Amino acid sequence: MAVEAPPTPAGTLAPPRRRKIPPAVLLIAPSVVFMALLLGWPVIQGILQAFRDENGFTLDFVTRMVQDPYFWPAVRNTLLLIVVMIPLQFAFAIGMALMLRTNPRLHKVHFFVWAIPLALSDLAAGLVWLAIFNDRGYLNSALSLFGIEGGSWLAYDNQASMFMCVLIAELWRATSLVLIIVVAGLQGIPKDYDEAAQVFGATFWQRLRHVTLPLLKPSLQVALILRTILAFQTFAVAQALTGQNFPLVVGETYRWYTGLQNPNVAAALALVILVVSMLTSIFYLRALRDKNQGGLR
Amino acid sequence: MADIQISNLVKTYPGGSERATDDVSLQIQDGEFTVLLGPSGCGKTTLLRMIAGLELPDSGSIAIGGRDVTYLPPNKRNLSMVFQSYAVFPHRKVRYNIGFGLRMAKVPAEEIERKVQWAADLLQLGPYLDRLPANLSGGQRQRVAVARAIVMDADVLLMDEPLSNLDALLRLTFRSELKKIVQDLGTTTVYVTHDQSEALSLGDQVAVMRKGRIAQLGDPLDVYDAPADRFVGGFIGSPPMNFMDAAVSHDGGTLVLGEQQLMAPSILRSFAGRDVLLGVRAENVTVRNERSSGDVAATVLVVEPMGSTILLTVEVDGHTLKVQAPPTFRTAPHKTIWLGFAPNTMRVYDRETSMALEAK
Repeated sequence: MAVEAPPTPAGTLAPPRRRKIPPAVLLIAPSVVFMALLLGWPVIQGILQAFRDENGFTLDFVTRMVQDPYFWPAVRNTLLLIVVMIPLQFAFAIGMALMLRTNPRLHKVHFFVWAIPLALSDLAAGLVWLAIFNDRGYLNSALSLFGIEGGSWLAYDNQASMFMCVLIAELWRATSLVLIIVVAGLQGIPKDYDEAAQVFGATFWQRLRHVTLPLLKPSLQVALILRTILAFQTFAVAQALTGQNFPLVVGETYRWYTGLQNPNVAAALALVILVVSMLTSIFYLRALRDKNQGGLR
Repeated sequence: MADIQISNLVKTYPGGSERATDDVSLQIQDGEFTVLLGPSGCGKTTLLRMIAGLELPDSGSIAIGGRDVTYLPPNKRNLSMVFQSYAVFPHRKVRYNIGFGLRMAKVPAEEIERKVQWAADLLQLGPYLDRLPANLSGGQRQRVAVARAIVMDADVLLMDEPLSNLDALLRLTFRSELKKIVQDLGTTTVYVTHDQSEALSLGDQVAVMRKGRIAQLGDPLDVYDAPADRFVGGFIGSPPMNFMDAAVSHDGGTLVLGEQQLMAPSILRSFAGRDVLLGVRAENVTVRNERSSGDVAATVLVVEPMGSTILLTVEVDGHTLKVQAPPTFRTAPHKTIWLGFAPNTMRVYDRETSMALEAK
């Protein structure tokens, strides 16, 4: 059936009025105003706060931030956490999503249970894991049942075990976000591709590498950007587990703002997170860009 | 290349109460082109997917080239397959798609290149090798799917309704092309379709399926000429076979059709006095405006000129029949015409079981 071209809008035939605001601008205006007030203004405020004192422009706050003995450990810890955690989270999430795809018994229950951490506040998650990892926590109790003497996992001088505790707690808490994105992405891929690969002799790993992961790339990109940015902001879990003993950048921001009552240095730290997050997103968008024009099919 | 032995295959889908395939056995010779034909839900695709290893049967066995593959994963069966949806990988160029199976089998690069080139030439895909599937038409994507299947030196080539997503004209041209390619390859082929003309034109043997069982297996012309039961006759042929209730006279020499009589085929001598179901194909009825001896009177209901023939819907003693007349034949609705039935083209079926009657 032929579709008739829509009739010309009557408006274009009328004599042009003076300086009419285009409808597109009107439509987008509320979001622009909203973004400007709630995002743009605080960003500008933050920048001003970090670089200005009573006498105008200054780098004092940035210098103080960098010279603080906790700053570089915080940066190192944050980066280390990201580098170790993100690949693990993706491996877990993809593995779990592939297991769910085989439709095992009760797969909806599994999915629900695996998604629960997403509904938990990160501070609550931190407290749950504190109950597990502290000296008289569930982990040490369980170990003592087997006659093993537990350790002081969260002792201030044991960086490695503190890191492991924060890592495990964050893995538990935040992998479900990746899982949900990956599951949604997998559901969008027709099963035929995987079946075709099977019939043409591909092994499980070949199918994963040559068919599933490439087709999943758009979802992985979204998950990667979200997870990395959120990982830069890891705070409450580490705070609950280690207090100041395992400093992270956002934790430092918090300490400068509340403990040391210095909003200027806190703003400088917040800007560091903003810049790093932006650079990472740009890097991911470029690195994972679809060189092949056109989407699925 | 290899033969396929399918024995007593039973499959019930989880949650389903009916068997998707119900004790199906089928022998396919080396190099034979077998078509599984049937309406949707008859189990033909399930059967194909079990041969491919994409579904596992509840019981029964499948052997390819003498090797039991019933529960082997698909990648261990040395197959290739053309999917209904083509399943051409959208993120890879045509060249990679065609060579996919060879690459997975770690064939040397220059041999892959040579075979891809050969298949591309055969299917006229040469100019498109460096394109992405998104930039191809449906017909071209279909060719890529076929090329990907034929570059493999597979034991068995499986095709799941490969032409059903093409438009009518393309389907017709590609059908004969496909037949030639598969003939030249000589690979054992199993082809699933719901289109009876595809089945007749492509197959060395046709298995007509219904409700998970094979209703008839045979040479396409036999299946067309002598349907084993009412279902097969009604499913194959366009228009489908006509069926009428009739009775065999006491001497077995004539068929009584309401008020009228027909010469009975000789096999009916042993069924004297029985009620039967008479099956006759539209093109086996001779249509005349003047009565000839042995003719039956019919009233024309609908006249449909089809170009090469005229399709008439007529009524004979309460039965509606479709018959074919030559394009020069002139008639009109409500007119009376005369139908001549050749006894050797008539098929007779048991009224209760719908199965073909054979001379005792």
